[in-house]
Amino acid sequence: MVKPKFMEGPLKGNFASAYAAMDADVDVITAYPITPQTTVVEKLSELVGEEEFTERQHVEYVRMESEHSVGAGLVGASYAGARTFTATAGQGLLYMTEMVHWMTGARLPPVVAIQTRGITGPGWNIWADYGDILSLRDSGIMIQFIASHQEIYDSILQGFNITEHPDVFLPLFPAYGGFVLSHTAKPVKRIPWEEAQKFVRPKTPEWPHVWVDGERPIMSNALIMPQNFYTEFRIKIHEAQMNAIPVIKDTMAEFEKTFGRGYGNGLVVPYKCDDAEVLLLGYGGNALQAEDAVDKAREQGYKAGALRLRTYRPFPKEDLLHYIKKIPYVAVMERALAFGSPTGGAVSTDIMAICQRDPKARNAHIVPFIGGLGGRDVFLDEQIDQIKILYELKEKGEVPDRKYKMWDTFWTGLITGDKKVEVENQEYFGDI
Amino acid sequence: MTEEKKNWELLRMNREKRPKVQNWTSYWDLPYGPVSLPVKGSAGRTGDWRTFRPVVDNEKCIKCYFCYMYCPEGTISVNDETGFVEIDYNYCKGCGVCATNCPKECIDMEKENK
Repeated sequence: MVKPKFMEGPLKGNFASAYAAMDADVDVITAYPITPQTTVVEKLSELVGEEEFTERQHVEYVRMESEHSVGAGLVGASYAGARTFTATAGQGLLYMTEMVHWMTGARLPPVVAIQTRGITGPGWNIWADYGDILSLRDSGIMIQFIASHQEIYDSILQGFNITEHPDVFLPLFPAYGGFVLSHTAKPVKRIPWEEAQKFVRPKTPEWPHVWVDGERPIMSNALIMPQNFYTEFRIKIHEAQMNAIPVIKDTMAEFEKTFGRGYGNGLVVPYKCDDAEVLLLGYGGNALQAEDAVDKAREQGYKAGALRLRTYRPFPKEDLLHYIKKIPYVAVMERALAFGSPTGGAVSTDIMAICQRDPKARNAHIVPFIGGLGGRDVFLDEQIDQIKILYELKEKGEVPDRKYKMWDTFWTGLITGDKKVEVENQEYFGDI
Repeated sequence: MTEEKKNWELLRMNREKRPKVQNWTSYWDLPYGPVSLPVKGSAGRTGDWRTFRPVVDNEKCIKCYFCYMYCPEGTISVNDETGFVEIDYNYCKGCGVCATNCPKECIDMEKENK
């Protein structure tokens, strides 16, 4: 046995992704680089040849010519029964979109790590913004928002236990903020190979529903007429999403039992919600920072709690309602803009929808906040200000006004002209 | 996990257990995804789409079987007794590839007059 080069210590988020994929014993990795994902596939290309891994596993590392082909490669390898992994972001994910729909339609179980970045439109941006992964909200994939370096490793390791579960068979896309997590280093602990293999699902030579065999050929993607089973197969994907909720919970519970660390119940992560009067609800790195904001606000006398949405698809309806019923003043903080939607945010719209369907949560106050787009920092003060806005709402009974409130949504960090930023802008855009 | 593992073992199929035919009657019968097993005419009687009908003149035919090789739909077969080709008009779409590739030009494309 060769001594591993890295077992624990400071590690970049992207490298944590790469190690997690190797420790989950993947068979095929298809790769094409894109900022800020590049270092994942770079690291993987190193790892597949490192002695620690070559002596016990064979990983097929396939360099592709585009993200569309990366998706197609995953689909092809996965049809054959291989455990597959890749990572992509932003424009790459958009280019892969067609193949993402194929994965869900064919019910294949790859795990794809997403280093979220702003979508280039024009307005070129490569920094953290969940707009890219949320544009695939309705494609049938499972989406998880990751908030810390260790969680990246743990989530990808858990990933295949969820996707390859016989009740599920859908791809999982764990997403974390580009650069915020991908290019920063924090302590990460790898799980030793034998222990990891005891946890990770045993491999199967093929899936129950698709196979590659010349003796008994199959055809996937046959034409289905409207009067035949197209509707039913679409509902099957929805059924799989619903089935995934207990699977994600069980996987997280087992992980916590085995390795002694966990992230809520796998769906939502509460922080000081027991005695809270107002609730900061968010996802990704910002939601982890909200826990600090809660601590600071409590020093000032505001009894706040934080709730981190970890799994967005399937949507953890029951778990969210459990907290919203207890704490009916909720700020939903989002780092993505759903243009033209009722609140401007996909998550806050969903939360309003589940509240409307539950008589006990119907009177909850959901206040949408959107900020941090394209990697702009969301400051602790701004999050404490969100708590104060909720308290004003609680005392006066109506949502207070701010200069940065438009169309009933608060645009956190909006440049309102109150602070001087003109000089910086001149330097940035030149003399337009 | 143990219950679930059992479940998995049941689902894990070996070659013998793969389905031979798929008779779906309702939502609850369906497999994970739409996978079709090879059957004749799974897309219906495609012969109905035909505008021109290939007709082989067996007197000129030299049994080179070019048409049999070129037919994109596999509707041309060889009669084991006579050695001549036969066209399955239920599924022939009338594309005319056979007529174009016939070296003896013994396949005529005749207009369908229904």
